[in-house]
Amino acid sequence: MSNHNSERWFAKLIDTALPILATIAALLVGAVMLLLLKVNPIEAYRAMWEGAFGSKNALAETLVKATPLLLVGLGICISFRGDVINIGGEGQMIVGAIAGTVVGLTLVDWPGWAVIPIALLVGFIGGAFWGGIPGVLKAYFNVNEILSTVMMNAIAVQLMNFMLRGPMIDPSQAQLASKIPQTARLLEGFRLPRWVPTRLHLGALIAVVLAVLVYILLWRTTWGYRIRAVGQNPDASRYAGIKVKRYVVLALVLSGAFAGLAGVMQVYGVNYRMITDGSASGFTGSAGFNGIVAALFGQLHPIGTIPASILFGALLVGANKMQRVVQVPSALITALNGLVVVFVVSSEIWRRRRQKKRLAIATAEAEGGDEEFPSDPDNEPEVLA
Amino acid sequence: MISDLFSMTVLVGILASGIRLATPYLYAGIGETFSQRSGVLNLGVEGQMLLGAFAAFYVALTTENLWLGVLAAIVVGGLMGLAMAFVTINLQAEQGISGIGFYLFGLGLSDLLFQKMLGTVETVKGFPKVHIPVLSDIPVIGEIFFRQNVLVYIAFALVPLAWFLLNKTTLGLKIKAVGENPEAADSLGVSVVRVRYFTVILGGVLSGVAGASLSIALLNVFQQNLTSGLGFIAVALVYFGAWRPWGVLGGALLFSLVNSLQLWVQVLGIPIPSDIAVMMPYILTILVLVLAVSRVRPPSALTKIFEREE
Repeated sequence: MSNHNSERWFAKLIDTALPILATIAALLVGAVMLLLLKVNPIEAYRAMWEGAFGSKNALAETLVKATPLLLVGLGICISFRGDVINIGGEGQMIVGAIAGTVVGLTLVDWPGWAVIPIALLVGFIGGAFWGGIPGVLKAYFNVNEILSTVMMNAIAVQLMNFMLRGPMIDPSQAQLASKIPQTARLLEGFRLPRWVPTRLHLGALIAVVLAVLVYILLWRTTWGYRIRAVGQNPDASRYAGIKVKRYVVLALVLSGAFAGLAGVMQVYGVNYRMITDGSASGFTGSAGFNGIVAALFGQLHPIGTIPASILFGALLVGANKMQRVVQVPSALITALNGLVVVFVVSSEIWRRRRQKKRLAIATAEAEGGDEEFPSDPDNEPEVLA
Repeated sequence: MISDLFSMTVLVGILASGIRLATPYLYAGIGETFSQRSGVLNLGVEGQMLLGAFAAFYVALTTENLWLGVLAAIVVGGLMGLAMAFVTINLQAEQGISGIGFYLFGLGLSDLLFQKMLGTVETVKGFPKVHIPVLSDIPVIGEIFFRQNVLVYIAFALVPLAWFLLNKTTLGLKIKAVGENPEAADSLGVSVVRVRYFTVILGGVLSGVAGASLSIALLNVFQQNLTSGLGFIAVALVYFGAWRPWGVLGGALLFSLVNSLQLWVQVLGIPIPSDIAVMMPYILTILVLVLAVSRVRPPSALTKIFEREE
């Protein structure tokens, strides 16, 4: 019996190690690419490491970059668990940020302790709204959410450009010929507290707390249980009396809400204004996409997404340093992120195979009158009672 | 100014550029139709297009041979398709997510290569317009349809070709069988793996050419994120076109005509904010998806993993 337990423990260890192996594989491919670019990979990766963790400031920057990844990633954990593929993080971040920024630019007479929470809440709702549209389209009109969220991204970018060049433009920019698409700066009292002298802000802590809350939501509440049930087997869920459509919408609403929060936090915690270069990534830094990568890496587990976000935050910050030291464009990291995703989803096959085996063993044991198979979110039976 | 929109020259201009703008959507959309009909959702189209666009541009720039550029795009797109096929068919990876991975890979790598091998935005002399004899002299029609570059003509010729392949050949029958009921197809001796490899690689090749049509025929430049979401729209058009080549053509034309209209609206200085105008094709696509998709059923085995019972 203990033999089987240690086997399970070992299997669990491999499951956790797979994403790490996938990253190492991606970095090895990256090393080959660096060699082709006639750059010493060791030197390049050392620069990355120093850029990401080399000093207190570097570490703080890594966490600053990790924060939106974690928030978007939490939303992804919810939606992907519900079998809803939300690719709309970029657009949801943008709309959340627009909504939240309006609060700070309008309620100028209000005290900061009131404005900040209101703004964050409004950003949360803005993202929820932008995510809710594809949710309703999927649930009630059968429109594939991958496509509608991508379209919603494109629409959000144009909305942002319109707002930042028009109604919301910084009054001082409006008079200049340059017309940089940006809003006025937020009042000093409206900014999230920082751990000076770094740029690390309270949002990072909020994101970690929310990760715990999302864990509780997904595994300790009826809502979360139903979202996951619908994700695993919509037909069985329907027979079990779950209103499937409602939970599809809910998954996208919550997913969008967290992305919206990520967007508004970029404004209140990092830039103190909304600014872009006309593209989505000009504002989001592609966190809407990289958050997906982080969540997958964290195996769609909110707590696992915390270290995953830090890792990818580090890669992004480190890539900038690498660009300066060995003149390799940070685009390399985007490519490697893509490879990590491909490797992680490809390695799933081994996990599934072992799981099958484990289930077979468990069934055999159960027939032999052994103890119940321990409950594990990843091993939950496909069909619900 | 609004009345300018209805003058003959402008209308012809809108239609002609609408036809031209449909080109990349047609290549990528037809390719995606094949892979989806066989049950594989390839979301990496955008990444394949970017790498195809870069390869075509770079080769055309250095060799001054446009057809070598197209060939380079075919090879690069085919290799990306091969990788996608291996990952989704042999390793049974989740199709949507691995597609996102390939998208990010193509986005990053094409940008990296652009910065390292070109450095600045350069232009290339792309495919010239070919006036089809006789036909191009027909008033209005000639100007709209028969004074385009060669990649435009090939794109439109692909539509009936794809229809024929899917509906009138054994291969087409196999593709559809594999996409609807792979177990049954397998029991009849059709190799699910081989058919899917074929369609996914074909999809990659056509996505690569779609990229080339941008970088060496329509825009004649390469820059970071040249496609900016175009590949994703091509995937949307496949749903929109109900997985049929003619449907994809309809979607591509509708989308690019609205796009062309909004570009002309800006050129003519009609006072609609350009940012709002650019939204229009996307909003329209969502609306049409609402109307169209709910009536048609996707291939039954789409995104489903096929594992052969031993």
